[in-house]
Amino acid sequence: MFKSIMAWVDERLPITEVIKSQAIEYPTPKNLNYWWNFGSLALMVLIIQLVSGIFLAMHYKPDAKLAFDAVEHIMRDVNWGWLLRYMHATGATFFFIAVYIHILRGMYYGSHRSPREILWWIGVIIFFLLMATAFMGYVLPWGQMSFWGAAVITNLMSAIPVIGEDLVVWVWGGFSVGDPTLNRFFALHFLLPFVVIGAVGVHVWALHAVHSNNPEGIDLEHKDTIPFHPYYTIKDLYGMGVFLILFCVFVFFAPNFFLEPDNYIQADPMKTPAHIVPEWYFLPFYAILRSIDFLGQMSKLVGVIAMGAAIAILFVLPFLDRSPVRSFRYRPISSKLFWIFVVDCFVLGWVGYNPADAVVLGSLPIVYVGRAATAVYFSYFFLLWFITVFKIERPLPVPKSL
Amino acid sequence: MSMVDQHEENRRDFLIMATSAVGAVGVAGAAWPFIRSWSPSADVLAQATTEVDLSSIQAGQMVTVPWQGKPVFILHRTTQQIEAARKDDGDASMRDPEKDAERAKKAEWLVLLASCTHLGCVPQPIGTGEYGGFLCPCHGTHYDTSGRVRKGPAPKNLAVPHHEFKNDKTLVIGKALA
Repeated sequence: MFKSIMAWVDERLPITEVIKSQAIEYPTPKNLNYWWNFGSLALMVLIIQLVSGIFLAMHYKPDAKLAFDAVEHIMRDVNWGWLLRYMHATGATFFFIAVYIHILRGMYYGSHRSPREILWWIGVIIFFLLMATAFMGYVLPWGQMSFWGAAVITNLMSAIPVIGEDLVVWVWGGFSVGDPTLNRFFALHFLLPFVVIGAVGVHVWALHAVHSNNPEGIDLEHKDTIPFHPYYTIKDLYGMGVFLILFCVFVFFAPNFFLEPDNYIQADPMKTPAHIVPEWYFLPFYAILRSIDFLGQMSKLVGVIAMGAAIAILFVLPFLDRSPVRSFRYRPISSKLFWIFVVDCFVLGWVGYNPADAVVLGSLPIVYVGRAATAVYFSYFFLLWFITVFKIERPLPVPKSL
Repeated sequence: MSMVDQHEENRRDFLIMATSAVGAVGVAGAAWPFIRSWSPSADVLAQATTEVDLSSIQAGQMVTVPWQGKPVFILHRTTQQIEAARKDDGDASMRDPEKDAERAKKAEWLVLLASCTHLGCVPQPIGTGEYGGFLCPCHGTHYDTSGRVRKGPAPKNLAVPHHEFKNDKTLVIGKALA
């Protein structure tokens, strides 16, 4: 019965053939390590966010007068509302954990190198969309951090010469962050995840056109691949199990770990909290923004440009790296630079978390640490280009096949 | 290639370009209402002015009033504060040089848009910053007793919103829009 129905469908839409070639028998490198789990993990969190978000939207009210109370209504009155909200808030954190590891894995094993540039670019676009979605979602509870986070981030646009001031008023729909801003951010926060779903579809399409990279960073022969099912379906499922355990630890035992107490105070346009911090996943970029404070009138504009460039530089990464070898396993200098870069991101995050005028290690103003870490951040990309274009790095011998 | 074919090709190129141009103009025109729908609506624009009764504000006192959804500081300045502001008028190190008299229409009343020109945080009240003025808590900008930026990342002085003294006791902030 089922077979004859599928035969009827396949004649009209070749579902069986696509599933077979793209999922079941899809040839996958046999040497993928656990760092290759984070793509499917990101997809899993995206689905958690979509489902929990759509059900939250059924109880939420995007109105400056009602929003804050609506969130408390979800927490106290709606059946399982607390679980929906804590899943969604914790999900944002885990989304960025998965995506950051996914990006760093690509950077380490050279997954952005030819012929995977377009695959990488779509990934960077997804990352941009994700940050925009997360930012607008954080505004919706309409607490003090929501409001002032939105004020600071939207004000970044006022640094744009000539049109900046008008652009900000246009985005706000008023003369400050207010009800119109909240309303449109809600609409966009609902819309963008579906744009992300579309972009993920193209990301997977591009992946299946050029196939997965692997830890050796070499082009594989067919004998070095194994079918996706059951080898990687089971491995991805195992990864999801481990990831979900960690996710549940935070949802059930520390749901407010990544949230700010100030966001449980309703938004007050007349009073700025003493210390504004963005969500942890924006901290390194926030630190870069604040580190440019020594250029007088130009500080603000240059700070905004530096922050944008910190992300946009990922677009040109495939062309900065000129080494004949993809994987950093065989690149002694690049791999060391990579780990300095990773540590530097944590340093930037720590700087971003501290108040701008904090003093550390006795008498060192933290802004100096921020400036140094910003320099290290951009130096990574420069040095990667420098040591490969002038062939300063001598790669180790790379195997021809596995 | 024959003459007829070339003629046909030119004709087609022209038609494709003309169709594309009309299409592009049409899309741009149709996009305009959508883009404009994000600009402040009529009811938001209607909240253009705020009236403030000054009679109860003593010298040295500062009040915060909302105007267009943003806080405005109204400071009844003491003689020392006025003098401190005027003394620095010629300070060459000033980032955004302005004379105090250009900022305060009446020397004892300082009206400021309480929105840091760095990223829009509300500075803390008078007396919290160096130079006897305002400190922005977000990224540490210091403004003096005239609201001029003296230290920190902000590029400009605190804005002085359009304001008029209706009479000795009433201040009108903002300009009514037609």
